[in-house]
Amino acid sequence: MLIRLLVVVVLVLFLWLGSRRMTLVPSRGQAAFEFVTGFVRNNIVIGTLGQKDGKRFMPILMTIFFVTLGMNLTGVIPGLQIAGTSVIGLPLIMAVIAYALFIYAGVRKFGGRYFKNALILPGLNPIMAAFLAILELLSTFILRPITLCLRLLMNMVAGHMLLVLCFAATDFFFFTVLAGGNPLGLLGVGTFAFGIAFTLLELFVAALQAYVITILAAIYIQMALAEEH
Amino acid sequence: MLNAFVAKAAATPSLLLPQLPDLIWGTLAFVIVLVVVVWKVVPRLNAALDARADAIEGGLKRAEEAQAGAQEALERYNSQLAEARAAAAGIRDQAREDAKRIRAELVEQAQAEAARVLTSAQAQIEAERQGALVSLRAEVGAIAIDLASGVIGESLNDKRSNDIVDRFLADLEASEAAAAKAKA
Repeated sequence: MLIRLLVVVVLVLFLWLGSRRMTLVPSRGQAAFEFVTGFVRNNIVIGTLGQKDGKRFMPILMTIFFVTLGMNLTGVIPGLQIAGTSVIGLPLIMAVIAYALFIYAGVRKFGGRYFKNALILPGLNPIMAAFLAILELLSTFILRPITLCLRLLMNMVAGHMLLVLCFAATDFFFFTVLAGGNPLGLLGVGTFAFGIAFTLLELFVAALQAYVITILAAIYIQMALAEEH
Repeated sequence: MLNAFVAKAAATPSLLLPQLPDLIWGTLAFVIVLVVVVWKVVPRLNAALDARADAIEGGLKRAEEAQAGAQEALERYNSQLAEARAAAAGIRDQAREDAKRIRAELVEQAQAEAARVLTSAQAQIEAERQGALVSLRAEVGAIAIDLASGVIGESLNDKRSNDIVDRFLADLEASEAAAAKAKA
């Protein structure tokens, strides 16, 4: 829990200070800040949802991105070493928010017709339509939040496990095997190198998963807002 | 043994079952960040980006206007230049016309003058010829009388001499006229 509070404090400071003095001609810091926020704003949100709807859902999607990114990055920060998202709580919250968001978007635009549009494909015979409606129900309303949650969770858990494995093995090889006089302990060099490589990989995965969950949420909203199939 | 396994599973938190504090704190963290984003980040970001877009668009628009103005000025100058050229050509043509007219007038005047001079000269010549003819007639008569007087040794009286001279001259004129007629 402390890790999360720390992340929240850091995020708030970053976002607050970064957006404090936005000038027409950006300074270096502002350019860097704008690069990140502008990436989320333009590439993820507006690129998927368009200008008008993008602006409506901008704040919450941006929050999803930055909270996920921050919590993911704690997995590789020395002293923290565990991702806030490698416990099911946060991924579940993100998934529920995304789920609520796209259903809200669809219902807001189409009312009750949204569920009919989402489930029933026009122009099919009733049996096929019923069959496909069950599939759509499964994929849209049941599997989507589960996959959103589990994708993020398992990526982070797996990354954490890999790092733990590598560094625990290094520790074991150096301080137990090598210290016991066995040259096999030099294998620890290899496991340490793998640990470094996976740390870099985790950095990448942290950013990637934040991107993935945000753009998926945006895409789900876009599909809910789209006209009938 | 089964009991021990179940007890152990219950003791270590499940990977897939969320715990209540986890959810509460996670939600709180999300909400805090969301508030900051809604309250500060997005408005500031949008304002800054919009202002920049405006500045760029304004700059482009101003440049376009300036270009249009320059184009217009160029066209105006070109048309003025063309007008000036046309005016100059008109003036040149006019001058050429004038010169031609003046030259023609001068030639005409000169011709008239020459004709006048010629006429007066002819009249003068004619008058002088007449005068010469009259004086010649008188003198020729006198000389002829003198000559004849010398030849015949006596003086002719005036009446007769005059008659003789007149007859002679009339004969002379008649023979001249006949000669002229024959020549014609």
